[in-house]
Amino acid sequence: MSKRAVGLQVIGIGKSFGHFTALKDITLDIAPGEFLTLLGPSGSGKTTFLMVLAGFQAASEGRLLSDGVDITRSRAEDRSFGMVFQGYALFPHKSVAQNIAFPLQVRGVAREDIARRVDAIIARVGLVGHENKRPAQLSGGQQQRVALARALVFEPPVLLLDEPFSALDKHLRGRMQEEVARLHGEFGTTFVFVTHDQSEALSLSSRIAIFNHGRLLQVGAPRDIYERPSSRFVAEFLGEINLLPVEAIGHCARGTSGLFEEVRLTAPRHENLNGSAVLAVRPEHMSVSAEPPAEGNGVPARLAGTTYLGSAMRLAFATSSGTPLTVTLPSEAAGRILDRGPDFWVTWSFDNGFLLPEQS
Amino acid sequence: MRSSSAFWPALALTAPLVLFLAFAYALPFLGVALWSVTLPEPGLGQYERLVGDPLVQSVFLRTFRICLIVTVIAVACAYAVTYVWVRGSRLQRRLIEICIFVPFWISLLTRAFGWLALLSTRGIVNASLQALGLTDGPLALVRNEPSVIAGMVHVLIPFAVLPLASAMRTVDERMLLAARGMGASRLRIFWSVFLPLTLPGVIGATLIVFVFSLGFFVTPAILGGGRSIMVAELVYLRMFQSPDWGLGAAISVALVVIVAALMGLLARFARLGLTGGGR
Repeated sequence: MSKRAVGLQVIGIGKSFGHFTALKDITLDIAPGEFLTLLGPSGSGKTTFLMVLAGFQAASEGRLLSDGVDITRSRAEDRSFGMVFQGYALFPHKSVAQNIAFPLQVRGVAREDIARRVDAIIARVGLVGHENKRPAQLSGGQQQRVALARALVFEPPVLLLDEPFSALDKHLRGRMQEEVARLHGEFGTTFVFVTHDQSEALSLSSRIAIFNHGRLLQVGAPRDIYERPSSRFVAEFLGEINLLPVEAIGHCARGTSGLFEEVRLTAPRHENLNGSAVLAVRPEHMSVSAEPPAEGNGVPARLAGTTYLGSAMRLAFATSSGTPLTVTLPSEAAGRILDRGPDFWVTWSFDNGFLLPEQS
Repeated sequence: MRSSSAFWPALALTAPLVLFLAFAYALPFLGVALWSVTLPEPGLGQYERLVGDPLVQSVFLRTFRICLIVTVIAVACAYAVTYVWVRGSRLQRRLIEICIFVPFWISLLTRAFGWLALLSTRGIVNASLQALGLTDGPLALVRNEPSVIAGMVHVLIPFAVLPLASAMRTVDERMLLAARGMGASRLRIFWSVFLPLTLPGVIGATLIVFVFSLGFFVTPAILGGGRSIMVAELVYLRMFQSPDWGLGAAISVALVVIVAALMGLLARFARLGLTGGGR
């Protein structure tokens, strides 16, 4: 339906408020039609970055290009990107249909065209029968749909979404995520989405950009970023992770290895490390056995506690030096080994760990 | 409210005000209402005069016309002033505060004489115009309706600013951003988003200004110079200049009834508007 999706080139964008630096030297290519998520804790600069993209806030430095055309200084009303605000910002005095018609009226679209396009998009977002209601008469999910319809009805080249699901309960959130993914597929518009919820980011995006303290730390596909984070912050922010301090780093044919409590642990090759580092492994990539592993990494550890999570079980271990290790296993598999006593080997394959610099 | 446990303490705390209003206002007014049906003789004769007397009618009509004009001008000016006060820069806000609230401390009488000093035949405006050679003789700028309107608008603007400000402060900034993001011009955002969202404040301001203006006495008396008499001045004349207490009392009662009816009507309208989605 969209005439064309647009790519954005962000070159060295910075934003300061007085002495406070909200964004520093952000450089990022947003491909046409992609679903890019800006992820970070609150105060990381992700929302400020979205506001700079929208044109509601002017960048203090750097340039912003839209398909190569410089739009750094162009006003929000001229960029005409679609935007879904946190809390939706629907007009309370207008009906659903009038809210959705607003951007078309602003553009001087002919009356009958407006009616046709509003009807079409109301059907696509599943709001038939609610056309004449006021926003206050709708549920949170329905308001969300109105906000999406209003932002998409004028076929914007880019749709910006600022934490659109933060007001919804968990069940509804899942449904709306599917809905947004579907609309992204159908409209083919470039989506830039802000959230602080890493599972939302991982499930929705084609790429994730991680922000912290106003800096862009890493950009990549969800899987790459989850399994190959470039820093401790990214590794920890995307989900639970075990961090094992290793020393005496050495490179060998299999990869790079280091010493942890007198056990040599190996991970894929990391050239820029010397001396000591941190080996990171996700809890779901670890396993538990009574014997030392024949192949791959293994660390002796004592079981300290278990948490039942339904389909999975979370096992808390401590190594001889007291380093905590968390392993998640399918409940059934966990049940089979737990009664074999408190001392186990926590194991994982060479490929499932990754080394990170100690300070990052 | 009545069933809640806070009823009796609330009553005790507000009792002094209620008693004061009862003795200083309600009781004397009942006396005035009594006069209207007993002076000079018992009966509804004064109310018949009220409806039939062309002088009384013309004064009522003039009062409504002037008050309507004053209300429209005062609320429109106050809207602009409030917009700058709520959304302007720090300096603009300070300036508006000074211009709006300092006159609040100056008595009505002083302000009316201030206008007189400006507009009278030997006033500042006429003197300046003649000095500049723009006019040969003094213009009749005072003792007419426009000068009454100017004086009343000046007094009433601050009363419209407060309800407008509270309405403008509740407007969600993101709604205006959303409209901008959809490509709307400033004028469009104002007409189709900001103004409708602040309409309850406009209704409130209109109500307050109109009701206040109906009872104006000092300003029209001084600036109108007896030529454009309004209702409150007519009551004064009936009471103190001619021994016609019955008619004066009847006019007072009529004015109170009209004001009360307006209050009731507009309060109902405002309530409908505030709860939203009434249609």
